[in-house]
Amino acid sequence: MRMQPRQEGEFTVISCGMLGYGFPEISLERAVGVGLDLIAVDAGSTDPGPYYLGSGKPFCNDAMVRRDLELLLDAQIESGAKLVIGSAGGAGSDVHLQHTLNILRDCIARRGTPRKLAVISSEMGKDELRAALRAGKIHAFETPGLPSEEDIDQAAHVVAQIGVEPIAAAIKGSDADIIVSGRAWDPANIAALPVARGYDRGLAVHAGKILECGALAAEPVGGADLLMGRIRRDDFIVEPCTDTRACTVESVAAHTMYEKTDPVLLPGPGGISDLRQTRFEALDERRVRVSGTRHIHDPVYRVKLEGARLAGFRNIVIGGIRDPGMIRQIDEIQQGVVARIAQMLSPRITTDQYRIRFHRYGLDGVMGRLEPVKATPHEIGILVDVVGDTAEIAAAAAGAARSLLLHWSYPGRVATAGNVALPFSPAEIPAGQVFEFNIYHLMEMPDPVARFGWRLEEAA
Amino acid sequence: MQTLREVCKVVRSKNAGPFIFTFDIMFKDTETFRSVQEAGHLDRAAVARAYGISPNEVLSFDWHAFANAVKFSIKREVASGGVGDSDVYGAQQHAPLLELRAL
Repeated sequence: MRMQPRQEGEFTVISCGMLGYGFPEISLERAVGVGLDLIAVDAGSTDPGPYYLGSGKPFCNDAMVRRDLELLLDAQIESGAKLVIGSAGGAGSDVHLQHTLNILRDCIARRGTPRKLAVISSEMGKDELRAALRAGKIHAFETPGLPSEEDIDQAAHVVAQIGVEPIAAAIKGSDADIIVSGRAWDPANIAALPVARGYDRGLAVHAGKILECGALAAEPVGGADLLMGRIRRDDFIVEPCTDTRACTVESVAAHTMYEKTDPVLLPGPGGISDLRQTRFEALDERRVRVSGTRHIHDPVYRVKLEGARLAGFRNIVIGGIRDPGMIRQIDEIQQGVVARIAQMLSPRITTDQYRIRFHRYGLDGVMGRLEPVKATPHEIGILVDVVGDTAEIAAAAAGAARSLLLHWSYPGRVATAGNVALPFSPAEIPAGQVFEFNIYHLMEMPDPVARFGWRLEEAA
Repeated sequence: MQTLREVCKVVRSKNAGPFIFTFDIMFKDTETFRSVQEAGHLDRAAVARAYGISPNEVLSFDWHAFANAVKFSIKREVASGGVGDSDVYGAQQHAPLLELRAL
């Protein structure tokens, strides 16, 4: 089916849910054929965990990011649409931002068509965070309490999730073709340009909410495809770019539920999206019309802070247990092993220098304390996870765990040669640094445009 | 008697930020949604029992007619990707819901 060309008064946006996840080239070609105002790309999330923010490593593979960027750059040049990339590099710190910019500059240089870039950093300085904390400008969010100054000092990176305003300001205040920002609120990448052009903010942000994961809001659900939005004066339309998918009232409503606790009142920087009067209507068999969503202005502008600190170094042991007697007594054996490790390592290594967790697949490995099924399995996959203050401490505790588990004597033991099937030699596997979120708070930000200003760069 | 598995199109869990698991129970159609709501078997206490937690550990429990869905959330014991976590994306915590009584 041919996609309808852009209509008078309509703002068209194509959204890529994750830079580096790939998308069908035909989807992009068809979207460009419609006539595009905006190509919006979310390149990050907290979803893959704290490692990327803490370590500064990019979330997606460089080759895949380059593949997507080359195609999107071509589409930007061909269509004249703005290209907005948010949450660069996965976690959006300055390291991530530079990494993405380096790939983008290289793509532009190879393409041979100079582009103007507006670059927005969202990394927070330690001094400004300490000052904000002392001034009472940092608030609890989804965890109780405030960060300590020690948390701020220990965080490897702290980023702010910027909203619509800084991106809209960069678009309005420059002639940049491409806007690349550090950590950004996912809907802002989509909503900033239509808001800058005077479209209703409630509708633009809701369109952003639905489109931000690409074709996750379509049927069949696809994380690796584009989705198109047409924002108009009083409503917006969402539609897939391929005939094999359809947006239905159900698929769009279902995505509205995704990854949030309250799907009706959605807070973000600058206000709340109010879906209490929202209507989802099927326009035809593959397009959904959405109307009635309103923006409720927040008189206190707040951004979310995300920070991660080093928690230690990981070493793991993977094994399988098949002996029924061992399986029945796994809790007691595990407790015994942990206690003996402490005795063996002491006094050189003390228990506050490492943490051990047994993931017992087949028993409760996936759900832990939340697992309601108490049946005895015939086999347990065991993953001993040790996190130590240093890689050497983690290796020492993991080594002790491996040998003790292998040779532990328990009541009724008949298999006296060894208790665990170890698939690998060596059995202990160093697994690198471990990070943890230690800042996840809100910060008052009276002038987000001034704080998160843009820098113009000509890439050739 | 019918279980959620029999009357739902989607039963899923996912992170809502690094500190919360959120659960979506989406029924096949509006009629089923209404029937399950009226039957009264599915409530905050029922989902709490499914996970062996107390009802006040269920952060929210709401019926959303626009999506023919129930949504509830619970706090994670360990933050996503932190030391001791077992499900960074939180995408495999839904299974105990499948056998809950719907009708």
